[in-house]
Amino acid sequence: MTTREIFETMEYGPAPESAAEALAWIATHGPAFGHFIDGTFTAPGETFATKNPATGAELAQITQGTAEDVDTAVAAATKAFPKWSKLSCHARAKHLYALARLLQKHARLFAVLETLDNGKPIREARDIDIPLAQRHFYHHAGLAQLRDSGLPAHAPIGVCGQIIPWNFPLLMLAWKIAPALAAGNTVVLKPAEYTSLTALLFAKICQEAGLPKGVVNIVTGDGRTGEAIVTHPGTAKIAFTGSTAVGRRIREQTAGMGKSLTLELGGKSPYIIFEDADIDSAIEGLVDAIWFNQGQVCCAGSRLLVQEGIAEDVHTRLKARMAKLRLGDPLDKCIDMGALVDPVQHDAIRAMVDANTEGDTHRAPVDMPQTGCFYPPTLITGLSPASPLMQDEIFGPVLVSTTFRTPSEAVEIANNTRYGLAATLWTENLNLALDIAPKLAAGVVWVNATNLFDAAAPFGGIRESGFGREGGWEGLAAYLKPTAKTRPIKPIAPVPAPTAAPEAPGLDRTAKLYIGGKQARPDGGYSTPIWSKRGALLGHVGIGNRKDIRNAVEAARGAGAWAKASGHNRAQVLYYIAENLSARAGEFATRLCDLTACTPALAKAEVDTAIDRLFSYGAWADKMDGRIANVPIRGVAMAMREPLGVIGALAPDDAPLLGAVSLIAPAIAMGNRVILVPSHAYPLAATDLYQVLDTSDVPGGVVNIVTGDPQDLGQTLAAHADVDALWSFSGGIDAAKLEKASAGNLKRTWINRTAPDWSGVEAEGRVFLDQATEVRTIWVPYGA
Amino acid sequence: MTPTQTKTAPLTQEHLPQLHRPRNPGMALDLDWVARVQANTSAIERRAATLPGRRTVKKEYQAAWLARAITLIDLTTLAGDDTPGRVRRLCAKARQPVRPDLLDALGLPPLTTGAVCVYHEMVGTAVEALAGTGIPVAAVSTGFPAGLSPYHLRVKEIEESVKAGAAEIDIVISRRHVLTGNWQALYDEMREFRAACGDAHVKAILATGELGTLKNVARASLVCMMAGADFIKTSTGKESVNATLPVSLTMIRAIRAYEAATGIKVGYKPAGGISKAKDALVYLSLMKEELGDDWLRPDLFRFGASSLLGDIERQLEHHVTGAYSTGWRHPMA
Repeated sequence: MTTREIFETMEYGPAPESAAEALAWIATHGPAFGHFIDGTFTAPGETFATKNPATGAELAQITQGTAEDVDTAVAAATKAFPKWSKLSCHARAKHLYALARLLQKHARLFAVLETLDNGKPIREARDIDIPLAQRHFYHHAGLAQLRDSGLPAHAPIGVCGQIIPWNFPLLMLAWKIAPALAAGNTVVLKPAEYTSLTALLFAKICQEAGLPKGVVNIVTGDGRTGEAIVTHPGTAKIAFTGSTAVGRRIREQTAGMGKSLTLELGGKSPYIIFEDADIDSAIEGLVDAIWFNQGQVCCAGSRLLVQEGIAEDVHTRLKARMAKLRLGDPLDKCIDMGALVDPVQHDAIRAMVDANTEGDTHRAPVDMPQTGCFYPPTLITGLSPASPLMQDEIFGPVLVSTTFRTPSEAVEIANNTRYGLAATLWTENLNLALDIAPKLAAGVVWVNATNLFDAAAPFGGIRESGFGREGGWEGLAAYLKPTAKTRPIKPIAPVPAPTAAPEAPGLDRTAKLYIGGKQARPDGGYSTPIWSKRGALLGHVGIGNRKDIRNAVEAARGAGAWAKASGHNRAQVLYYIAENLSARAGEFATRLCDLTACTPALAKAEVDTAIDRLFSYGAWADKMDGRIANVPIRGVAMAMREPLGVIGALAPDDAPLLGAVSLIAPAIAMGNRVILVPSHAYPLAATDLYQVLDTSDVPGGVVNIVTGDPQDLGQTLAAHADVDALWSFSGGIDAAKLEKASAGNLKRTWINRTAPDWSGVEAEGRVFLDQATEVRTIWVPYGA
Repeated sequence: MTPTQTKTAPLTQEHLPQLHRPRNPGMALDLDWVARVQANTSAIERRAATLPGRRTVKKEYQAAWLARAITLIDLTTLAGDDTPGRVRRLCAKARQPVRPDLLDALGLPPLTTGAVCVYHEMVGTAVEALAGTGIPVAAVSTGFPAGLSPYHLRVKEIEESVKAGAAEIDIVISRRHVLTGNWQALYDEMREFRAACGDAHVKAILATGELGTLKNVARASLVCMMAGADFIKTSTGKESVNATLPVSLTMIRAIRAYEAATGIKVGYKPAGGISKAKDALVYLSLMKEELGDDWLRPDLFRFGASSLLGDIERQLEHHVTGAYSTGWRHPMA
């Protein structure tokens, strides 16, 4: 076209970013790549092609990592760990700072390489992915420097196996490697098989930065390589970002291995527009929500919820906006959407959309490239929550939409999902925004914005979007373990029935179960006798079964108001429990003596400590503050501490009263509801609490106690979809079985093989409170 | 086009909007609509901040777009020391804004700027200097820039400028009506100004730098359009903050809403602070993205600028020669 013609048509024309330097880098350092292990690049092994999805052209050959490769990498990381973890905070900080500087120096090379390999628009790689990755290393250089002062009494975990997805290859690498290194761990990282190149370039800058050998190891390959990392006995922690299906498999595979685990998985995040929103801005936000990175974003606002009165207007304006989107060569600086990562992805999206028969499907009338892996921006309106496309993650540029009538209905529809990663809401009403944001089931909530990320702000999900947080102090903590002294949990068997004829019992006292604030007979109708060490019959306890757990969970779920009670109010209840326990201290001490045959002094000490502990958590109830993350926007990012919901807790045997209190108290102090399975050996210490709870204004359903076999009951709790977390300090538990069962709804698990001395200070405080809370980050940009 | 052809502007009236599309007749003041208007500042700023990274034009596209930008400039002098001689020089530059050899090299037709914009006293001189070119003369009016002279004199000033030959009148609104939420007063004032303009087109200068919030900018834009403004314009150039991308986005979204409701296209003129060729390209892509290609023509879009032309000339020469240019290679105004 001549200049004169363009003068008339005013078209954009091509604006290509050159691929020359990136291709030259591939040619020089490849085109076949090995792994990066122990500071050096290995010779390529059996390889596969990595392609440019926009053209289908092969870029390089990548080595398929074998189990031996993973062995070598884990060995290198294990060898490097002692020295690296003992470096001074400042020394580690300098290494992270050096990596940040080098990322900055090679910014454009990283950006172009990313776009070539992934298909994302160069603008996104250049203006979002790479700057955020740099920022992550800078921020974590600071966290490395401050680790010991900010998180005292913590130590690095060891070798971290890290598996990252293909949608933000370098950024996800930064999210994984920066905190791991800052905390003092060493890593074996596997990039996604579609997008290994920027990880290999990163390996190169690790060499350039003089990072000690073996601290960072990159092993390429597909899911088989990932599995070798996950199941390797040498990896102490697994951090995974990817699909919920793979996350679930990792949960199952690591069950019982004692590995620390964080999972950042899929989502179907709601995007709510209230009638008083700035509609044009909300629509522009949708471009960043669902057409960012071709919609291949775990936290993409993919479920549009519009207030009914403005729905038609919003859809009309949205369609007009969609028509302005430009698809094309990802290296073109003037396009909005590039290529999907792989034809496999394209086929999957097409299959899902084509299978839909409901609503009205609108494909943006945009020019589509003739070849390459492109999918048009798509809006499907008129769906209902029952439509599969409203429930299932599409992971592509497809937005589905429905309407709501009231704020509470918006929350209900928004939360009608298996996922809980992110949520967006638009309103100009501060009252509405701050009321709704905490009610949304999501780890991250954006108010009048979307897809804001920063190294200082925790990111992560709830429900089947996974667990664990990345970013900020909370993210750093996920790469550390407390150094408090613990000892292995030893199972204690119930006292067997005496062989001689027992003494004649007094007035029968049979402890039932405690469900919903009432004593309930066990569903099965069986009880078991509890004997003192001297052979006296102390009483009977019910044998709880699946149905009792079901009832208890129902009661706990029904007591949701507890989470909304003020911290002050919950503190009052905890103090009241302490008061009533104190009033009956002698009775409880006698019970402990009878059960465990301990000395009266020890029994009294246990009761006293239990009262003390209740006071501690009463104190904490209104003091577990969140924080304001210092993010680089005009606005606040509030990292709020929220209760998890319903927690199943298997109590320890060795301190039958104090152990139970040590689990119940932090859980309810933070607003959770508990289903406690008491010590199997000495359950009466816990069942005696019924009357204490009854007289202490504990709302029914907040504390539920089900006696019975901890493994059986734990199994039911682990598998229950309406239980949010499972804790265990029970002896003789098969952790593998419980953790495997927890994969169903990907609940948080805290299955301990060691325990603190329950009478000591290590048995209360921050560690327990962290387990009892979830971090929800609420971003609120503002501006007059 | 052959290189030997003489470069003079064609005698068309393409600048005059009334030949192309109906003028904005306005509508009754709809206070419900005004009350509904929202403008989320941080979201608008984010869109404005990322737009330059999302759209760009290169090579011959850039040259063509810059040439287009020239045709959209209201070449302006609004200084206390303006004289007839100074204004005649400006008009001469408006007639031939770019060196003919550069236009030849680019294969472009003769260009003129969109208009010449002056104070009332200079209207006659400008009309005379531009006779036969088709370039309209715009007069700033109504007690520009503060708009605080006696009301009847402000109306009278419009009439005088129209009588003197101004085809476009850039009025300033009473900011106090916006700041006190007196939308009826703003509407009535704008209505009367428009009536005083007669056939001359009226641009409503909102002086956005003095309106306090983007929401006020949006509401003032809407009220002025309801009262029949043909164009809405950001600034006088005399406020401490002039045209910005967030303000522009707010105003052109109001234009879009007004078109959706009435079918009438209202023009937009950012003024003040746009001095670089690159800025002009960003504004053009903003118009193209948010409103469409119709707003890349002088009947619906103008730049209020004085030094922008010089930078565009240098960029065009760079495009032709491959070497960076300098100011004195281009004729001054």
